[in-house]
Amino acid sequence: MGWIFLGVFVLVVVVVGFWVVGMYNKLVRYRLDYENGWAQIDVQLKRRYDLIPNLVETVKGYASHEKETLEGVINARANAMQVHDAADAGPQAMGQAEGMLTQALGKLFALAESYPDLKANANFLELQEELTTTENKIGFARQHYNDTVGRYETLRQSFPSNIVAGMFNFEHQEFLEFEDRAEIANAPQVSF
Amino acid sequence: MDEAVTERVRALPGTLTFLDLIRKNKRDSILLIGLMLVLNTFLGAVMGGAAISLFGSIGEPVGFWHEYADTAASAANPENAVFIDQRLERTAERAARAPLTMLGLNLGVYGDGRRTAVYVVAGAVVMMLLTAGTAAWSWFNGGKAIMRMVHARVIAPEQDPVLYNVVDEMRLAAGIPMPKIYIIPDTALNAFATGRDPEHGIVAITSGLREKLTRDELQGVMAHEIAHIRHLDIRFSMLMAMLVGLIVVACDVLLRVGFYGGVRAGGRRGGRGSGGSGGGSMIAIMFLLIAIVLSVVAPLLAKMIQMAYSRKREYLADAGAVELTRNPRGLASALRKLAEDTEPLVETANRGTAHMFIMNPLRRAKQAAAGKRGRNSRHNRSSIFSSHPPVAERIARLMALDR
Repeated sequence: MGWIFLGVFVLVVVVVGFWVVGMYNKLVRYRLDYENGWAQIDVQLKRRYDLIPNLVETVKGYASHEKETLEGVINARANAMQVHDAADAGPQAMGQAEGMLTQALGKLFALAESYPDLKANANFLELQEELTTTENKIGFARQHYNDTVGRYETLRQSFPSNIVAGMFNFEHQEFLEFEDRAEIANAPQVSF
Repeated sequence: MDEAVTERVRALPGTLTFLDLIRKNKRDSILLIGLMLVLNTFLGAVMGGAAISLFGSIGEPVGFWHEYADTAASAANPENAVFIDQRLERTAERAARAPLTMLGLNLGVYGDGRRTAVYVVAGAVVMMLLTAGTAAWSWFNGGKAIMRMVHARVIAPEQDPVLYNVVDEMRLAAGIPMPKIYIIPDTALNAFATGRDPEHGIVAITSGLREKLTRDELQGVMAHEIAHIRHLDIRFSMLMAMLVGLIVVACDVLLRVGFYGGVRAGGRRGGRGSGGSGGGSMIAIMFLLIAIVLSVVAPLLAKMIQMAYSRKREYLADAGAVELTRNPRGLASALRKLAEDTEPLVETANRGTAHMFIMNPLRRAKQAAAGKRGRNSRHNRSSIFSSHPPVAERIARLMALDR
């Protein structure tokens, strides 16, 4: 009798052990997924910071008196970069700052509509395509990041995988939400 | 948290996610290789059997192997050799008869049983190795080989920044590495994706389609191709293209062997009916009959499996594309443009690669005409041999996702 109980006990321990290892690996995989997703967003955000000074210079040549809009973009960029480089910047703070930058850029491009010379400038057109695609890429990378975070959080919070997540301290991860969430949720769309 | 979760777009049917599709494609790829190994080994066996009538006269020991064995044996000890030879022959005869008996073909395997067995086994082994070799080779070179087949050339980001950006946007949405982009210099309108995994992904588009689409439509088409990569359809369809190609070639060979062999065997049988050759010819003719039937049925069967799989995958890739772009209208409008175009891509596409394209590259005119006649017209219903679902149905399903 004793042997049978021991056998069953060992079997249960082995099965549970395998399950815990499997679940742990799955959690690690999902965490890696969203970390990669975050890295992709980061690349695009930096690309946007790099493109903006060029754009501002180009627009200045044609519409130097539109000080308010230009400064709005410069300040939003500086603010976003500051938040980005802060050590404790979470998705929430960054989402706010980046959302403001997106809005400021939107104003600048809307303004360009009333300057035919500017719109015909090859340099401006090239920058516009670059910034537009970067905006789109930020949107799509964010979409992917939120998907991976959603998958990770679902696994982390649901029973019984939450036991493994608790045991090995898998931390809560925030979604990345921008200020103008409603707009971005409706797909970043660009038409030419 | 809940708010953002509900924000995620669900376009795939039911509770299906792209992770399920990846798992299914991995499993299907392995199953496909297994199935093709079995089918081709059987084909090889039949081929070997049928080849006897081409390379040796039945009932007479002119087969090189037979002659060699005889010579070697008699050189050692003439008396002993006859005994061993007979015993060998009986064993081989039984071995050769076993698979045929299992197939319900209770043939009289007489004097040349051993030689039949050698041919059958040799044919089976050759085809098995060929299949394994083709699968292994296409695993590493399939993508590039297909690109060469359709005369596509790789392009750099500077050559077409907009196309490059659109693909980059879509692969970011899918969370996969940047695929290589190829242009097929052809005025026909088509696009496709291939490769063994997302790390070796390839998307290709004809220059005709590239010029004709707006950015939104281009985004839809590229999202469809990226969805194929993300779902890992590319692995399955690449292996499929290569292995079905092999079967088609093998059956072509088989048909020729069967035909010429049949003529020869028939002539010989009519010519002289010596004792042993009567039974031998019977086997040969049975093999030839199987060969001819198989060579007609096998490619059809392979095609049917290929097409059935690819139709379902097209719908799923359309849905996957919407999950990436969140904009069904771009792809729908691109499909409409694709459907109106009637120019086939015959110069570069063939029946082996047809299933990989976003739109069937071969029977374009018929399909387009059917598309104009509406969803329920007779020509527009999907047949078991069409590689792609009807365009009207695809557009209808896309627009149903547009909320």
